[in-house]
Amino acid sequence: MDPSLSASDIASSTKPLSEASSPPVMDLLSEPASEASSAPMVDLLMEPASEGSSAPMVDILSEPASEASSAPMLDLFMEPASEASSGPMMNLLMEPASDDLKEPPKPDIDPLADILNDTPLSEVKTPVAAMPQETPSDLFDDEPSELFAEPRQSNTAKQQQTSIFDEPDEDLFSEPLGEASKKPQNDFFKEALAPVAKASNVCGPLSDNYNEHPTDIFTEEAMTTLPSAVSTVSVNSKTNGVHSDEEEPDIFAEATVELSLDSPRNDRKKKEAAKPSASAPAPSVSASASKPQPKTLEELEEEVEDKFELNISITNPEKVGDGMNAYMAYKVSTQTTLPMFRSKTFTVRRRFSDFLGLYEKLSDKHTPNGYIVPPPPEKSIMGMTKVKVGKEDNSSAEFVERRRAALERYLQRVVFHPSLLQDPDVREFLERDDMPRAHNTQALSGAGFLKMINRATDSLSKMTIKMNESDVWFEEKLQEVEAEDQQLRKLHIMVDSLVGHRKELSVNTGGFAKSVAMLGSSEDNTALSRALSQLAEVEDKMEQLHQEQAASDSFCFAELLADYIRLLGSVRASFDQRMKTWQRWQDAQNMLQKKRETEAKLLWANKPDKLQQAKDDITEWEAKVTQYERDFDRVSATVRKEVLRFEKEKACDFKKQIIKYLESLLQSQQQLIKYWEAFLPEAKAIA
Amino acid sequence: LLRCFGCVLRVVVLLEGEPLAVNVDLQTDATLQVDISDALSERDKVKFTVHTKSTLPNFKQNEFSVVRQHEEFIWLHDSFVENEEYAGYIIPPAPPRPDFDASREKLQKLGEGEGSMTKEEFTKMKQELEAEYLAIFKKTVAMHEVFLCRVAAHPVLRKDMNFHVFLEYNQDLSVRGKNKREKMEDFFKNVVKSADGVLVAGVKDVDDFFEHEKTFLLEYHNRVKDASSKSDRMIRSHKNAADDINRIASTLYTLGTQDSTDVCKFFLKVSELFEKTRKIEARVAADEDLKLADLLKYYLRESQAAKDLLYRRGRALVDYENANKALDKARAKNKDVLQAETSQQVCCQKFEKISESAKQELIDFKTRRVAAFRKNLVELAELELKHAKGNLQLLQSCVGVLKGDT
Repeated sequence: MDPSLSASDIASSTKPLSEASSPPVMDLLSEPASEASSAPMVDLLMEPASEGSSAPMVDILSEPASEASSAPMLDLFMEPASEASSGPMMNLLMEPASDDLKEPPKPDIDPLADILNDTPLSEVKTPVAAMPQETPSDLFDDEPSELFAEPRQSNTAKQQQTSIFDEPDEDLFSEPLGEASKKPQNDFFKEALAPVAKASNVCGPLSDNYNEHPTDIFTEEAMTTLPSAVSTVSVNSKTNGVHSDEEEPDIFAEATVELSLDSPRNDRKKKEAAKPSASAPAPSVSASASKPQPKTLEELEEEVEDKFELNISITNPEKVGDGMNAYMAYKVSTQTTLPMFRSKTFTVRRRFSDFLGLYEKLSDKHTPNGYIVPPPPEKSIMGMTKVKVGKEDNSSAEFVERRRAALERYLQRVVFHPSLLQDPDVREFLERDDMPRAHNTQALSGAGFLKMINRATDSLSKMTIKMNESDVWFEEKLQEVEAEDQQLRKLHIMVDSLVGHRKELSVNTGGFAKSVAMLGSSEDNTALSRALSQLAEVEDKMEQLHQEQAASDSFCFAELLADYIRLLGSVRASFDQRMKTWQRWQDAQNMLQKKRETEAKLLWANKPDKLQQAKDDITEWEAKVTQYERDFDRVSATVRKEVLRFEKEKACDFKKQIIKYLESLLQSQQQLIKYWEAFLPEAKAIA
Repeated sequence: LLRCFGCVLRVVVLLEGEPLAVNVDLQTDATLQVDISDALSERDKVKFTVHTKSTLPNFKQNEFSVVRQHEEFIWLHDSFVENEEYAGYIIPPAPPRPDFDASREKLQKLGEGEGSMTKEEFTKMKQELEAEYLAIFKKTVAMHEVFLCRVAAHPVLRKDMNFHVFLEYNQDLSVRGKNKREKMEDFFKNVVKSADGVLVAGVKDVDDFFEHEKTFLLEYHNRVKDASSKSDRMIRSHKNAADDINRIASTLYTLGTQDSTDVCKFFLKVSELFEKTRKIEARVAADEDLKLADLLKYYLRESQAAKDLLYRRGRALVDYENANKALDKARAKNKDVLQAETSQQVCCQKFEKISESAKQELIDFKTRRVAAFRKNLVELAELELKHAKGNLQLLQSCVGVLKGDT
């Protein structure tokens, strides 16, 4: 988000205004904004100008403005609404944008904010009331300012810009404009609203995004009266660049919608550059505008999901059976457009051991080839026993939810893996209703445990094997992975400790709340007694807040770390696998060497009867050596590919989860502020 | 390492004229103003510089400073308690002993873990330790100052000779700590007193005001005690959580410096954020400690002092009633009537004198309490808001930046 952009927008909008200098326009600006806008705006104008970007802008604007005074520019919005709105924006945007985007945003913020604060909306409305009767040029003068104010922020559009740049010019000026000029302007905009809204779906992938702006702008206008709309719009154009400024919402209730719209849209542009944004039609944008940030994340997710065209969720954990034979069953729902599945949506019920079984199957098949098979959550005898015993307390509910989420993440990792998704076992797991029960789960998890031990001893023996590594990449990566593993474990312990302390804090806050309530009840000053009981209520809420925060510490942060500690285990397993294939290759080479020596000995000893056998052996081992070498190369390549994939996914996951976590922190701070704000007057009321 | 702690100990804290949390003086009087301008911590001793400004004629100068230690404060307090003249007043509670045990314990942990810790962890630990030490130190100083201010603001106690000596005499008062025998005596005295207290408290008061105050104070004292210990617990776990965040920040930092990839930069940013938020979180805990826990602790002691006053009055009442009975008996037997009469009169005077000042003292106690709670709760709420807002802003800008990167 570049405030300097909007700075230049303002610059460009003021410039034509003063040049066009039709009286009402002057009114519009001079009355409410003269003090506010004149001084800072000149500054703003000058600043980009020094960067050399204002020149083209001024040209663009003064040109249409002058022409506009002769021809009613309203057509622009009415007739070819779609092109017009995308068109002029684009071309106006074009020239300055590329330069401006790189400018440091800082210095412009303050003057902008000033403008915002000083241009009272209500005042603007009155002087502008005369506007509609005036020449359309006024309108245009104002309108462009808002039009390019927004699109210019989108720098992703560079390739497309040129193409769009060409066409709109004609639309803009060559269209017959006469008919439109007779109609009252108010109607124009109301009519224009419809085509524009439609146009957003019709147009190409990119203009799409831009069309949303006009749509918004026009909806705004349609809602208010035209004159005031003009003023709003001119305000909006100024505010765009500084939408992050906290004070704005208070000042321009109307403008807020527009303001907050920018951020999601901008992000969206980057993310779905080539996708028609059916998901974000103008009306719904305003709804989502209040929460612009999560939106982008979801979309990121969507993008990934769209790529795989598969969406999996695990819901409804349910206890089946009683006593020690009880188990939890989960509903695994799949939505997909992949042709390999029989239908688009289907659900199956699976129990925990089925998930373990799936892992075993996948691991047996794919780990030897160097694939990183995502591991399922560990079996927890403690947690499960609690559930089995049937205690309906918090911790067992938390355990079930934790496991459900972990299983979901596990399964999502499996299906997001392009190679694993192709595995028939995965398909069977997702689709088949009467899945044969993974036999003997106890043994299975026992086997898993043994496997872990084996793995440990394996890696111990690997340490003793000195592999003269041909590829430094693997050596370095393995070291990295090991170091990371260590750090993540440490971090996990600390986050766990934080969860513990936060829970403790919650309990202690609760205790304090009760104690304060008691103190309040024995206090004989009425106001103080009341304030103390209010304090007790605040502390009560804080108890809840701390507890929720502890849960999100645990769910968002600790679980993520636990996942990756497990996953890093799989990564190491794939490195081990490569080592093993290397070892096999080396062993085969040694064997071949021995066979050759035997042959030589036999030759020397002149024992032709055994010579043939030896020769056969050599051919056999030669074939094996080639085979094993090929295997090693193949596994190496897979491991490399897998590790890179893993790292990409890890980066994505961590960012997503940690941002989610930070948002949870953010929310609890917001709550905190609310609680204390409510308490402050109570404290002040003590007398 | 010990050297590093030594330098911590030698820190001279210049108290930046910080307003004292728990003290709300009812009458501010320019004729006698006392504050602790300076304090020096050496090992387990703290030397307070007591600064006095006064226009009272019995001081030689208008402005002067003396160096006092904790034991001298205790001596002053005890001299008030022992003075029969002051039986009708709430004696300002003595400041608690400077307690650096927690810091010392941490220091030991730091010393043990020095070898096994990374440099960052060590610095972090040291920071925590220093911050904690400083907090305790400031608190100790504040508590001592509160005591002096209370005395200086008291209409009767401010005229006390011992107090004036304490303020003016610029040499060591050569007060020694109590020896073992004296401590034992004190202990027995306390046992007798509390047993007697139960006895006296059982006697129904003739005056409704005092009867009400008695029940109120008994309950209030217990509840404030409970609230005080609960608040301590809450604040301790808050501090622990802040320390955890600190450690998470440093591990994230290590993770972030392993590489220069995108994620690592991400980790570094998050680490930076956590580093900042834990500072705020620690401040929240510290401010809750200062505004809430200290307030409760102070009123725990002050309500004890008020209870002591009621005990003295109750005791005097019982004595008076006994003297009345003795007088009746003596009159009946017509033996030692004069002696009984005088002792009855003494008891009566004593009781009436105590009752007279005690009523005003208890009313003042309530006014002071309400004012102090108001001040502290308002300040607490304001600080909580300030910190939460700061935290929110940090989080918002960080989330904004992080999202911009992804």
